Amino acid sequence: MGAQTINYPAIDWLAIAPLIILLSGMMINLVIAALTRVWPRAWYAIGTVVLAVAAIIVEMFIWHDINQDGSRIIINNALSIDHFAMFCWIGIAGALALVSLSTAEYLRREDLEGPEVYALYICAAIGAMIMTASNDMIVLFLGLETLSIALYVLAASHRRRPDSQESGLKYFILGGFASAFFLYGIALIYGSTGTTNISGIGNVLSTEVFVNGDDAMLLAGIALLIVGLAFKVAVVPFHFWTPDVYQGAPTPVTSYMASVGKFAAFAALLRVVTTALPTRAEDWRPVIWVLAILSVVVGSVLAVVQTDVKRMLAYSSISHAGFMMIGIESIGHSGDVEGLPATLLYLMIYSVLVIGTFTVVSLVTRTGDDGSDIGSFRGLGKERPALALAMTVFLLAQAGMPLTSGFIAKFGVIQAAAANESYAIAIVAMVASVIAALLYLRIMISMWLSDEESGDDKREAIKVPFSAGIVVAGSAFFTLLVGVWPGWLIDAAQAALQLAK
Amino acid sequence: MSLLASETQGSLPFPILTALILVPAIGSVLTLMSSNRRPEITKLIALLTSVFTGALGLWMLASFKTGEAGYQFTSKHQWISTWNIGWHVGVDGISLFLVVLTGILFPLVIIGCDPHHDEKRYLAWLLLLEAGVMGSFLSLDLFLFFLFFEIVLVPMYFLIGGWGYDQRIYAATKFFLYTMVGSAFMLVGIVTTALLAKNDLGHVSFDLVEIAEGANFATSTGRWLFFAFAIAFAVKVPLFPLHTWLPDAHTQAPTGGSVILAGVLLKLGTYGLLRFGVYLFPEAALWSREIFLTLAVIGIIWGAVAATMQKDLKRLVAYSSVAHLGFIVLGTFAFTSEAMGGGVMQMINHGVSTGALFLLVGMIYERRHTRLISELKGLQKVAPIFAAAFMVVMLSSIGVPGLNGFVGEFLILIGSFNTARWWAVVAATGVILAALYLLWAYQRVFHGEPDEANSTFRELRLREGLVLLPFIGIIIFCGVYPKPMLDRIEPSVKAILERVEEKTGYVAPHPMVLESHEGGEG
Repeated sequence: MGAQTINYPAIDWLAIAPLIILLSGMMINLVIAALTRVWPRAWYAIGTVVLAVAAIIVEMFIWHDINQDGSRIIINNALSIDHFAMFCWIGIAGALALVSLSTAEYLRREDLEGPEVYALYICAAIGAMIMTASNDMIVLFLGLETLSIALYVLAASHRRRPDSQESGLKYFILGGFASAFFLYGIALIYGSTGTTNISGIGNVLSTEVFVNGDDAMLLAGIALLIVGLAFKVAVVPFHFWTPDVYQGAPTPVTSYMASVGKFAAFAALLRVVTTALPTRAEDWRPVIWVLAILSVVVGSVLAVVQTDVKRMLAYSSISHAGFMMIGIESIGHSGDVEGLPATLLYLMIYSVLVIGTFTVVSLVTRTGDDGSDIGSFRGLGKERPALALAMTVFLLAQAGMPLTSGFIAKFGVIQAAAANESYAIAIVAMVASVIAALLYLRIMISMWLSDEESGDDKREAIKVPFSAGIVVAGSAFFTLLVGVWPGWLIDAAQAALQLAK
Repeated sequence: MSLLASETQGSLPFPILTALILVPAIGSVLTLMSSNRRPEITKLIALLTSVFTGALGLWMLASFKTGEAGYQFTSKHQWISTWNIGWHVGVDGISLFLVVLTGILFPLVIIGCDPHHDEKRYLAWLLLLEAGVMGSFLSLDLFLFFLFFEIVLVPMYFLIGGWGYDQRIYAATKFFLYTMVGSAFMLVGIVTTALLAKNDLGHVSFDLVEIAEGANFATSTGRWLFFAFAIAFAVKVPLFPLHTWLPDAHTQAPTGGSVILAGVLLKLGTYGLLRFGVYLFPEAALWSREIFLTLAVIGIIWGAVAATMQKDLKRLVAYSSVAHLGFIVLGTFAFTSEAMGGGVMQMINHGVSTGALFLLVGMIYERRHTRLISELKGLQKVAPIFAAAFMVVMLSSIGVPGLNGFVGEFLILIGSFNTARWWAVVAATGVILAALYLLWAYQRVFHGEPDEANSTFRELRLREGLVLLPFIGIIIFCGVYPKPMLDRIEPSVKAILERVEEKTGYVAPHPMVLESHEGGEG
């Protein structure tokens, strides 16, 4: 008779509808792929885009719903459904749509056509979305692993390029290592607070007073947690995998890692520091400060000395991650008021930028995906002026030029830093961004200003397929639109301040 | 203060200042979109846009109310409401002539200097540059100002890098990075200023007028902020020892780029020092005046000595710019109404005379394909009209009475003699040095018997003459009758000086009183 009844949690189906849409889409993709012959051309990509758009539409509904009913925590305190999560979900689904489009012709060109890449994209997106909404460390870890494992496979998905295999293996080994750190951090925090629930940890830490010296386990847990997430967002000194992995992975996958991967890990970091650890800001803020300064400086300086564009952009992504860290540093001073919207804004803007940039790179690398040397860009301005113009927009935006979205992103972060009187970090970051500007100028010089085209006339002509064209044009449009008229995006990021705790 | 507070809305029925910024920007896009097969239409679009902008500028000048210190024709709109950033533009006596000069220079450059390739992109960048420069001079919002100040770099970078001479990429990159380092500090300064203004205004504000009227910064804060701004402007001016980008950029830029760079772009620095340095942080500006006076005077002497040594005619003119801009900074930080007014006037004079000099040097290069002074000889014999035009422009640059350069330099020296005596004395030798290097250069290039290569030097053509005519007209008119210009500049300069007096207790010497010995050297 002693049968116990399991209490199933109530499930808010609307709130997890985007996840369900993507999950079922992925399943259908795999089933169809297993039962039919490979569909030619871009059908899988189109299917993925449709899924992503459907998810975005539902997310908009949920956003509206939260406007009216407020944010909430669902499924036994596992997921927070708030504007913050929806902002990230929309960003991730958008990135999924853009990257799928840019992948379509890439796969055809590289003769790799097959459905599994898209299934992995969707799987990674689901993991990322769970990470951004998780209100429990264990759920967060599940999301992280779902995302990471999909990305490991994706990085190695170019079967004929040894670089790609190497990239996947490196990412896998180092990523596994970082996951272990992260998991151990969770364990230690659980040990000292008695809960894995993120808002629960926040409650415990705000009421419980540790007698002096007793919080060593907690501090070790926080440190390991930060190490694990710092690895995922690729900030110095946890960045060593980035250049190799970014360079070796198929270019569209690189853009996916740089956008969705960063989005998810930064969102998780934001949620942990604002919800679980606000009372321990004095402990983690100095760490973030050091990570931020190191990242902007080392990322910018090392970017300049590279000769491979994908490596350059990898280092520049480290520098951008440093900028986002500045936003988190300011959360450590005064709570989430300035830092959270600024970091979210930066994430959204950078994701679009990096997808646009890498899409152009993947077109320029030509068949074989090997021509990512800066010389491949020579004469692009003459050969493909529109493509070169779009690339110029992306590069200027990454350099933080006004009238592009990149300026708005930098401005937001600098404002957050200045509001908390972190002037040193603001100035270091701005000066580092001047160093980084040299790198963007080098690519622009190669595209527009170097006129010797002799020697490698045998280069394959660059084709701009329609789907990739949409991605480039759309990203450039977004970049300029946000640069000129940023109010709506800033307001959306501001709305994310009401976290479900 | 009351003068500054009054913002007079001009009588014009439409926002003319917004039009001054938007017309060239739209023109730039139109130029870029025009057909490749009809280059003459592309050029026509660019020319019409720039002429129209210039005409708008002149119309604004005609309807400008003389004798008022406040901003005129202002228009203000919300732009990024979450951050309290607005589209706020206005013009006063300080920016008035810079705007008009910008409007005049661009069409002349478009007519006068043909690029050697890719004319369409060249014109599009040039018009975008015009929009950026106009925006910088007209913005009354710190964010907006920074936006234009920084966006100017992009077209200028591509103009130097794409259409310049042998070392163009090096020069363009140097120009871009130098200016950007300065801007990095200014951006942090701007953000901090806006956030600190909250203490007094109750809300974050990027509005220049609001901040100037309502916010009070603690002394040390004000000084830090002032320096954050001043670094950006010191690079742009350029002030010694941050000037090393200028000779490279000037020499390598195409003629049109050099004219614009010397004519209006450098003025962004001196204008910024006055508008965002002295006006926004009077205490800090007064406190640090000796640093700026000293750097300005070093710049004057250094620029002049370096100019004397140059073998390249264009580099010589570039170094003379360093010297001339030293005079403007000297005037700004002398804190008397004559010197400051003279400084504002000298901004225009330098733009006109050095712009014309670069045009003339460009014409010499077109004919001889060299700018080396040693290669040129006896041009006066074969091209007397050309030589005459060069002479007038050169004399204006030296500052000979009767031409415009004299008025500005004289006012600066006379004004600073009261408050910065020894600096003024040293600076005065700069005038003599200017005569030395320019006349010597003229003698080497134009006098003597032309050798074989120079004997076929072509005389000034009609189109070139027509382009030079407005320059020479302004040079002579402002030299003979500077009153209309000074009448419009003075009230705004006085208002700034009054603000300095009010905020710091500093007393500016009464105009034209030369016997006050207590003015002090510091």
